[in-house]
Amino acid sequence: MGIALALLGAASAALFAGIGSAIGVGRAGQAAAGLVTEDPTQFSRALILQLLPGTQGIYGLLIAFIALSNIGLLGGNADMSMDVGKGLMYLFACLPMAFVGLVSAMQQSKASVASIGLVAKRPDQFGKSMIFPAMVETYAILALLVSILAINGIH
Amino acid sequence: MTDNQYYYAVARIRSRELTLLNQSFIEQLLGAKSTDEALRLLQDKGWQMPDEYTTESDRVEKMLAAEKKKTWDLIGELVDDMSVFDVLIIENDYHNLKAAVKEALTSDRHPEIFVGGGTIEPKIMEEAVKSRDFSPLPEEMKAVAEKALETLLHTHDGQLTDVIIDKAALEAIGKAAKKSGSDVLELYAGLKVASADIKIAIRAVKTGKDKNFIKNALAPCDTLNTEKLAEASAEGMEAIYDYLALTKYSDAVPELKKSPSAFERWCDNLIIRNIRREITHPYTIGPLAAYIIARENEISTVRIVLSGLINDLPEDSVRERAREMYV
Repeated sequence: MGIALALLGAASAALFAGIGSAIGVGRAGQAAAGLVTEDPTQFSRALILQLLPGTQGIYGLLIAFIALSNIGLLGGNADMSMDVGKGLMYLFACLPMAFVGLVSAMQQSKASVASIGLVAKRPDQFGKSMIFPAMVETYAILALLVSILAINGIH
Repeated sequence: MTDNQYYYAVARIRSRELTLLNQSFIEQLLGAKSTDEALRLLQDKGWQMPDEYTTESDRVEKMLAAEKKKTWDLIGELVDDMSVFDVLIIENDYHNLKAAVKEALTSDRHPEIFVGGGTIEPKIMEEAVKSRDFSPLPEEMKAVAEKALETLLHTHDGQLTDVIIDKAALEAIGKAAKKSGSDVLELYAGLKVASADIKIAIRAVKTGKDKNFIKNALAPCDTLNTEKLAEASAEGMEAIYDYLALTKYSDAVPELKKSPSAFERWCDNLIIRNIRREITHPYTIGPLAAYIIARENEISTVRIVLSGLINDLPEDSVRERAREMYV
């Protein structure tokens, strides 16, 4: 039972953060396509803004790897008799990345869409336009740190 | 259609907003010494000049029609269900209904009195009214068409017929706006109905109509008390000014005192000022609706300026009619 809970935690981090990023990158991609339809020279700028909500999926994957590695599932030496308490610790350690990843990717995509609109009107303001969605990234990074520290703290 | 489906469309509109005419361009246009100079300025802005035309007015009208078509073609590319924008074009249907009802009394056909760009083909409207088979018309228009035709046949009162159709048009605009689910379209419709009611009240004073006639002519409006407006209209112009001074349209009073064209300008400017917030909205249908309204507004301003140049009107009188721009 404990190992199943730990695995659920690792899967949640990859799953929810990945879903958030998929929605976010898709949403920003639609706006980027709209901009490039009108002005193909903006492709690289639009692409960078589209990719910003994609990082949460990578963070989720990273947490899943660390958790799976710590559990021993990657090396094939997993403790199948892990107690429920330890399993729950892994599950809770992965939750910050899972939920903050999901929500921050979706919110970041809205900021990216707005920034793509900004670039459409003022291409010279691209640097500033990146800062707005990047601010949302802060919270995904904080969740990533908490999840890493928590997983590494489980013995 | 939910709001989150317009990411692509709004990004394209943001780019297109760069090509909208701004206030300084309108100033340049107002300063043009000839129609040719004004047309050259517009051409530099990407406006298409027609290859064939008969007169200068024909050239201008063809250019404006092409620009209007360009706007609707773009929106057609971006939105699957165009019925959301019915609120912006439904007025044309009711104009055609008026034309069809009046034409039904004559034996001749007058295709030139019909306008395009509505939700129903003018020919369908014409035939429905002529044959008195209203089934091809939308449900809410059938009863109005029948009532207007009967009224005209029995009373030969064109003004009364116009009142019936105009009121139905305003009600249809309000309904279409509510159906669209768009804040900006509801706002547009609200201002359109309110300004139309004010115009009806003013006209009623000038033509000496009684309170009952005015009450029947006014369309329901969320921002005006039509009962009070009708009462004020029956009393006289000053009473209308006093009533409006207590409403959110108090700024209209000085414009109404100036001239009808100053009031028309104020109404259009009020709509543009209210929809300007859509410039910053990133993904709803609002920016698309605002873009259409902005384009229609700039097309009508260009028409005013070019008509002034063609008819040699003084710059001041043209300037007085020129509308505020969206960007």
